[in-house]
Amino acid sequence: MNWILLLEQVLNGVQLGVLLFLLAAGLTLVFGIMDLVNLAHGSLYMVGAYFAATFTSWTGSFVLAIFLAVPATLLVGVVVEVICLRTLYQRNHLDQVLATFGLILFFNEAVRLVWGPAGLDVPLPDFLNSNFEILPGVPYPTYRVMIIATGIAVALGLYFLVAKTRIGMLIRAGATNREMVGALGVDIKLLYTLIFGLGAALAGLAGVMAGPIFTVETGMGEGILILAFVVIVIGGIGSVRGAFVAALIVGLIDTVGRSFLPDILGLVLSNQYADTAAPALSSMLIYLLMATILAFRPAGLFPPSNG
Amino acid sequence: MARLRIVLLIGLLASLALVPPIATWLDEPFYIVLFSRMLILAIGAIGLNLVMGYGGMVSFGHAAFVGIGAYMVGIGSFHSIEDGIDWMASGFFQLPAAIFVSAFFALIIGAISLRTKGVYFIMITLAFSQMLYFVAVGVEIYGADDGLSLYGRSEFAGLLDLNSDSAMYYVNFVTLGICLYAVHRIINSRFGLAIQGARSNERRMQAIGFPTFPYRLAGFVISGVICGIAGFLLANQTDFVSPDMMHWTRSGDLIIMVVLGGMGTLFGPLVGAVAFLLVEEILSSITISWQLYFGPLLILVVLFARGGIDGLLRPRQRADG
Repeated sequence: MNWILLLEQVLNGVQLGVLLFLLAAGLTLVFGIMDLVNLAHGSLYMVGAYFAATFTSWTGSFVLAIFLAVPATLLVGVVVEVICLRTLYQRNHLDQVLATFGLILFFNEAVRLVWGPAGLDVPLPDFLNSNFEILPGVPYPTYRVMIIATGIAVALGLYFLVAKTRIGMLIRAGATNREMVGALGVDIKLLYTLIFGLGAALAGLAGVMAGPIFTVETGMGEGILILAFVVIVIGGIGSVRGAFVAALIVGLIDTVGRSFLPDILGLVLSNQYADTAAPALSSMLIYLLMATILAFRPAGLFPPSNG
Repeated sequence: MARLRIVLLIGLLASLALVPPIATWLDEPFYIVLFSRMLILAIGAIGLNLVMGYGGMVSFGHAAFVGIGAYMVGIGSFHSIEDGIDWMASGFFQLPAAIFVSAFFALIIGAISLRTKGVYFIMITLAFSQMLYFVAVGVEIYGADDGLSLYGRSEFAGLLDLNSDSAMYYVNFVTLGICLYAVHRIINSRFGLAIQGARSNERRMQAIGFPTFPYRLAGFVISGVICGIAGFLLANQTDFVSPDMMHWTRSGDLIIMVVLGGMGTLFGPLVGAVAFLLVEEILSSITISWQLYFGPLLILVVLFARGGIDGLLRPRQRADG
């Protein structure tokens, strides 16, 4: 086995995991605290990526675009929350699924109208578009290193926010008992809008960082949204820590599985069968993982302590 | 109001029965195809309604069963020509295959998913359907991403010819009738009442001695089979199968139809499917970006028209629990 290739694939897996975490953190917070299933979370990721593309071409700087696109996505999230989602908190999950499904249709079409049907590319500045020697003689793209670093920094920041600050205390309290927090005089509406905005900003950040790697196109948020769902189901819905662990697991298994499964299958099957089965099987891996975990722990790896 | 509802339903069924002669008379064969699609999707929605409306299990993955049913037709047609296996082109092989394979997958998916509740259930069914979608995308011999074009529609040994639009339409219509009758019988049977009881209060059902899990699982399998039959018809109708039939947005469409028409009512899915495709047809004839309007419309329906179209036609009842 090629160890350098394995190292690269592991890093790619961590990088996917980090992106998944940014999406899943918002999803799991919004679900854990507001009890809202938000399918349109992937649309915010998409909007973030489009904003990044536009701001990059306006300002000529990708770094500047990050700092413009993330607040812009936050703003979109807050507007959506205030206009549409706020009334859905009291509804059952089915209503929430349907309404946010409607939002996806709306956002996909709106994006197509504003930015056109063709995909966009986000160019990287020179200092990111280079290679970084992670080990002597093993180059790895600097930009991907930056994604991993940013993701881990955000995860640490989020941990600090939730565990150590007053806002975080309210968030945790809101997840445990919403009515009681409201009765103690906290402006619940404002808190919810804030949390949704935070989730939107994280999704936007994921979209911005994904922009230069994937093509920016309509519907780009849907595939990764379903992966993020798998992540929060495995991690335990409502648990940020669970989302982080599960995101890394899913990212690693998906990436490493895709690149090594053909070889592994080749050991037991003839090449022809291995080549046929590997693509189908490797895309099934994370769902098999999810099914296995749920068969033993129906509430995920880190179920919220109470609810 | 109750009488109006019955009159409207009979009117709807009667006018659906008359679609082919009227469309032929108007010289607009396109309408036969459009209404055929409505009937087929209505069958799928009826299948979903059995678990979602009566059983309270919100499955976001039923398009997978439609896709499985469709692929049985596609795979049969493929091998009958490519490998010369004649019997695989026969509907007497393809239809049972669609039924058994969708039942098999519904059994596995249901057995795992039903261990979970609420939003976990929604997401797991979604994830399983996505898994089958990726399998279909990954299988090169059956066309991967591009899907398969049928070499011919299912053959029923001269007993039934699916090749004309009108014949296909009436096959769909009769199948719809059979499915409606079957669901009507199921929900009024002891089995159906147990499923509905488990929706209202699972713990109480268990306390009075019903093992709810096998009941719900059986309901899930039946509903998957109905969707598999819809898939069998859909493949024949469109002469084509592709992974897109299993895409998660197709599952979303089925949910929309059920909710739009009226969840947990016998005719709701039919009304919903007709309304959904009519709105889609009308909006998309006005503007290409019809989804820009359809999305907000859907949100408005969710927010303001609870109980769907059926709910609008019923006498006002007290809000349930």
